[in-house]
Amino acid sequence: MMLSAHHKLQLYGALLLLPAALLLTTFAYIPTVTTLISSLFLPGFRGAPAEFVGLENYQVLFIDPTFWKVARNNLLYALGTIPTSIALALGMALFVNARLPGRGLVRMAYFTPTILPMIAAANIWMFFYAPQIGLFNKLLGALGFSGVNWLGDPAVALGSVMAMSVWKEAGFFMIFYLAALQGMPPELKEASDLEGTSRWSFFWRVTFPLLMPTTLFVLINALINAVRVVDHLFILTKGGPNNATNLLLYYVYENSFAFFDRTTAATITVVILLTLAIIATLKFTLLDRRTHYQ
Amino acid sequence: MLDAAPLIRFSQVSKCWGSTTAVRSLDFSIAPGQFVILLGPSGCGKSTTLRMLAGLEAVSGGEIHIQGQDVTHQPPGARGLSMVFQSYALFPHLSVADNIVFGLRSRKVPKAEQRERLAKVAEMVDLTAYLDRKPAKLSGGQRQRVALARAVISEHPICLMDEPLSNLDARLRADMRRDIKALQARLGMTVIYVTHDQVEAMSMGDRVILMQHGEIVQDAPPGELYNQPATTFAASFIGSPAMNLLPLTEGLEAAVIEGVPETPVAPLAAATGQLGVRPEDIELRGAGEPGVPATVISDEYLGADTIIHLAVGRHSVKARLAGRQSMAPNTACTLAWRAQAAHLFGSDGKRRDDLAPCNLMPDVPDDADARVVPRLPNVGSFAI
Ligand SMILES: Nc1ncnc2c1ncn2[C@@H]1O[C@H](COP(=O)(O)OP(=O)(O)O)[C@@H](O)[C@H]1O
Ligand SMILES: [Mg+2]
Repeated sequence: MMLSAHHKLQLYGALLLLPAALLLTTFAYIPTVTTLISSLFLPGFRGAPAEFVGLENYQVLFIDPTFWKVARNNLLYALGTIPTSIALALGMALFVNARLPGRGLVRMAYFTPTILPMIAAANIWMFFYAPQIGLFNKLLGALGFSGVNWLGDPAVALGSVMAMSVWKEAGFFMIFYLAALQGMPPELKEASDLEGTSRWSFFWRVTFPLLMPTTLFVLINALINAVRVVDHLFILTKGGPNNATNLLLYYVYENSFAFFDRTTAATITVVILLTLAIIATLKFTLLDRRTHYQ
Repeated sequence: MLDAAPLIRFSQVSKCWGSTTAVRSLDFSIAPGQFVILLGPSGCGKSTTLRMLAGLEAVSGGEIHIQGQDVTHQPPGARGLSMVFQSYALFPHLSVADNIVFGLRSRKVPKAEQRERLAKVAEMVDLTAYLDRKPAKLSGGQRQRVALARAVISEHPICLMDEPLSNLDARLRADMRRDIKALQARLGMTVIYVTHDQVEAMSMGDRVILMQHGEIVQDAPPGELYNQPATTFAASFIGSPAMNLLPLTEGLEAAVIEGVPETPVAPLAAATGQLGVRPEDIELRGAGEPGVPATVISDEYLGADTIIHLAVGRHSVKARLAGRQSMAPNTACTLAWRAQAAHLFGSDGKRRDDLAPCNLMPDVPDDADARVVPRLPNVGSFAI
């Protein structure tokens, strides 16, 4: 068979895409589709074929109080960690972008939490939070306060988990802000200095709007991480006490591998995916229009 | 030289970065309303000088006064000056209008007055139709005008410009040169304008400060810079093509050009230095006539005139003739110039006015006033 030059080029392009497409299909699309399918079936007992039940699994899930508690935890977790870590990241980036002595060292120090695996970081924080020998309680004790059961008290446990997440995420986001700040021409600051513009005013009128694309990128990453990263729960709390720190993905894990209820796990997974899809759509439609990209 | 009280005064200002000295004890004053050019090759410290005046760079030594006040350690915003950057430094996320009134907002000028001044300035620089656009959607020339408008609207008495035209194409540059000059004259601004382009310096400046290695070489009006260059550097930097510089040696009774012992060109005392003659001051004559014998190497036609490359001894000399001239290579000829067209420089490169060069054209009546009355510099035809 003879191929025209145009078709050859197209075939060439398709072949270049093939490896990535193959990997994505195997590890992303097929699992997504099978998850979606299994959320619509109830497994048969004793080898009986699975039974199609439509949206019944979702109805069951939506009356499960634990699911709502976990979902609420996750919302609180997102609201508590995302703005804090982004603000902290921006603050740190502005700080280490300035001409301060030894800024290379400070930058590295801020970035260190990011290169630690989540599990290792959680182990370090275990030591901070430990009730008797923990660093925080030792410090409180030295100041004459009674200790707090950081991970055991349902009222503070989620907050403790969030604090560790912020510590871990902020350094990572700082790198993006720092890169964006360094890409900003210094003349902009000089031009505004010549007009006697205050630092505060320059930040809100120039720096912050010009960092908007970075903020959006970081925001989406933070949102996804708020749902996706639950490694620390395995070390810190295992979702307890009484589900006070349980998050959606950890709940999926529990359903799937502790309760062996794959159907519920699949159903929650679909709900998570849908939520993320809605957030991503909102980002691309609403926020992008108001953002200046260079 | 200055009648009015100086608006700006530099006293012994220097700037070092570690071991490199960018600017070495500068001393000059600028009167209100002057258009002053800081001219020099790249890296000679022009931008550093301007940025120290703006307060964007701290001085290493010396004092800067503006309107009689010591501003050496004042922040940029307190010095009452505006600046046009080479990169324009427009805020990419703001519209043209917001870019122009940026400074007025910082200074909390009332909204109504902002609008009024914006309308006036936009009209002045011809941007009224583009006020809602973002800088990315403007041409280079329009961006340049936004930067200019931002400087003008502030109504600061001093405007600094750092190579503002270097990102524009040649034709636009010629237009903008005139526009900026006209704007400056109309508003009575004091402009300090940094450039490495001698054409900009000669055509725009009331006064040119020529710099080299962080020091002032010559500080004079364009005509004087052209007619009486203070050093060989000034001589070779101004004019296109540059002034011919020929080393002199001792002849029998006078100084002669190296390799041309038969023609005396200057008194014997000039023998260790150099002789400078501008290409446009050289007259070509037939072989055997009185003057400096030379041989044609090639000719270069440039439209309005022709550059003839000639060999004089072991040196090469350029002569500029009007219109189209063609001369066959290896043609023998003679070069001649009037005494006032020749410049003598000592062995240290400094101009020597104490010695009078020889007149190679005794047949042409000597115009005794020619040295005092500067000719208009003849550099414009190479602008585009
Ligand atoms: N921020 C700086 N750090 C170190 N050296 C600098 C800096 N800025 C300029 N210089 C040096 O100072 C000298 C003068 O620079 P500049 O004023 O920018 O020259 P020009 O504007 O005349 O081309 C140059 O040798 C340059 O390398
Ligand atoms: Mg410069």
